[in-house]
Amino acid sequence: MGGISVHPLETQENRDMEDFIQYTVQGLSAGGFYALAALGLAVIFGALGVVNFAHGACYMLGAVGAAVLLGTFNINFWAALVIIPLLMFGFGVLIERLLIQWLLRLDILYNFLLTFGLALLLVDLVKREYGVSGLPYEVPPGLEGLVTIGSVSIQKYQLFVFAFSVVICLAVWLLLTRTRVGMIVRAATEEPERTRALGINVGRWVTPIFGFGIALAGLAGVLAAPFRAITASMGSNFIIVLFAIVVIGGLGSILGAVVAGFLVGLVEAYGQAYAPSFSQLVIFILMAIVILVRPAGLFGRRQEAV
Amino acid sequence: MGITKRTGTAFATLVAGGVLLAGCAGGGGPSTGATSELTNDKVVIGVLNDQSGVYKDLSGPNSVEAVRMAIADYQEKYGDDAVASEIEVVTADHQNKPDVANTQAQAMYDRQNADIILDVPASSAALAVSTVAAEKQKLYINIGAATMELTGASCNKYTFHWAYNTQMLAKGATGLVEDGGETWSIVYPDYAFGQDMLKSFSEAVEGAGGTVNESIATPFPNDNFATFITKAQSTNPDVIGTMQAGGDLINFVKQFNQSGARDTTTLAVGLMFITDIHSLGVEEFAGTTFTDAWYWNYDDQNREWADRFMEITDTRPSFAHAANYSAAFQYLEAIQRAGTDDADAVVAELEGQKIDDVFLRNGEIRADHSVAHDTYLAKVKSPGDVKEEWDYEEIITTLPAAQAYAPVQESCSL
Repeated sequence: MGGISVHPLETQENRDMEDFIQYTVQGLSAGGFYALAALGLAVIFGALGVVNFAHGACYMLGAVGAAVLLGTFNINFWAALVIIPLLMFGFGVLIERLLIQWLLRLDILYNFLLTFGLALLLVDLVKREYGVSGLPYEVPPGLEGLVTIGSVSIQKYQLFVFAFSVVICLAVWLLLTRTRVGMIVRAATEEPERTRALGINVGRWVTPIFGFGIALAGLAGVLAAPFRAITASMGSNFIIVLFAIVVIGGLGSILGAVVAGFLVGLVEAYGQAYAPSFSQLVIFILMAIVILVRPAGLFGRRQEAV
Repeated sequence: MGITKRTGTAFATLVAGGVLLAGCAGGGGPSTGATSELTNDKVVIGVLNDQSGVYKDLSGPNSVEAVRMAIADYQEKYGDDAVASEIEVVTADHQNKPDVANTQAQAMYDRQNADIILDVPASSAALAVSTVAAEKQKLYINIGAATMELTGASCNKYTFHWAYNTQMLAKGATGLVEDGGETWSIVYPDYAFGQDMLKSFSEAVEGAGGTVNESIATPFPNDNFATFITKAQSTNPDVIGTMQAGGDLINFVKQFNQSGARDTTTLAVGLMFITDIHSLGVEEFAGTTFTDAWYWNYDDQNREWADRFMEITDTRPSFAHAANYSAAFQYLEAIQRAGTDDADAVVAELEGQKIDDVFLRNGEIRADHSVAHDTYLAKVKSPGDVKEEWDYEEIITTLPAAQAYAPVQESCSL
């Protein structure tokens, strides 16, 4: 080079680098959101062995719930962040007691079909009540606009979603690995008979765990409300991505779901940037490769059936 | 003599009565004698559209109500002189799928004896129904779909395209370029509609002397547009045009607003219905420009009709609702002029017709069966300017029919 470079920031290479960093940041923040949304799915599968196809519908209920709280009761985003997961927990407990528990002993397919039917029902009920065009929701005050760090600017809300998701994921992980409750739950799922023999009531924990997973779906829904279209069908496509994440991470693995969530977020962002038409396909290519190389997923336990 | 005369009169009465009786036997239901001019003795209007999915609110069940309004108006206008003395409405949900639309259209024409099918959103489904209409030689007036194909290479004698098309939507871009929006990035969903829109918008922008820096294909459906928006901004365009529709449009606009792009760039939306603005809230869309085929609060005539519509449906009409009304009403008027509901006779009555009604201003049914009419360049109001619910649009300019629509497509031969 040697010569004097005027406006170094304007060169194509710099511009490309800036864009790359921007895409990475976007991918990470989307990834955090995916990780949080997939977490509940992984928890429920890990503890109950239920593939919860209604997870997307519960995510939708969370978002619609937040919109209704704001629109009808004037209850803001921050309150919704607490209220909705509590309501969804109750809803999860109800569903588990009324429906899920009766099929737990049967083949995994039965609950899969049950939750699939449940999802269709929930989506149509919401459509009936709120139509198909969706509900309005604003970005909570204080989280609008951008933060600029160096040459990269990122939306405040995206940053918030990222930080919030990381905190929740970490908390859930600590809860399950470092507390007595968590240990009981893990023991109950891995060795139900032996845990029972030790005098621990395994069944007692199943219902709250299911409720907890559903509450996480609702929480993701509230987080989605300010930056996603709130419609009855918003969960129908989302659930597919969530399943891909859970499969990539290893069914039932909490750590797997989180790592895969970030991975999928990044892959999607790079896909959108460098191969736009394939951006959704890349997620499934990634899934196919993982299944080929590690059938149990990145962090999955090897299972007989696989 | 007197007796003979009386007998003659009685005989004539008897014959007349017999004829009338015969007419009734064939008819069934109230008859005015004109009944015999109708196939199956009644006119059956089929409304085939999305009754449960993404396009339900912008057309759907309320379009059926709009068609019923048209029937009521026709009956009131002609009373006992109405050629279409008995009119029935049948409806079906095509779920926006071409295969379902195909089957439903066949069932409507064959089993339900529909004389005409109206609406049919989603371009792929619209084209499927057009093929069926040509096969069955029955009428089909499309309202909900945008594709130029309907009146282009795939046109046929029985298909009409009533409300809008991609080229007309793109005319709004011309105005934006003239106002200084010279460089564009266009983000479009990668399927037939999006590709069609990209083509029409690129032509409109370049035709007006602007340039399209970048065109970015996105998956469909899609809910994460963050990276696409960054990419669209990377060339610092004056305008970012989005061709997404429905839920994807809402996702895009929310994320566009949060990305800060709104401060530096004008957002142009390819296809927007008033129901989209209603669902996302006027604040998020404020300042966005788009081409509208009709707006309920444009003048007294529209407003009066919108008030009637609201009494029945409890909501304000989109342009698709008004267009369904217009198409049904003009179809019945054509039957009235033709004196029959025979498809070929009605087509002949419609062709070349110049129409002014609540939806069509300076309307004309052209040689390729597209209906040209005045359209509107609209801007979404700021929340402060909204005076009542659904009062969302400010009409910047009215584009006269001749300017709003490109010349008749040469690829069409009926």
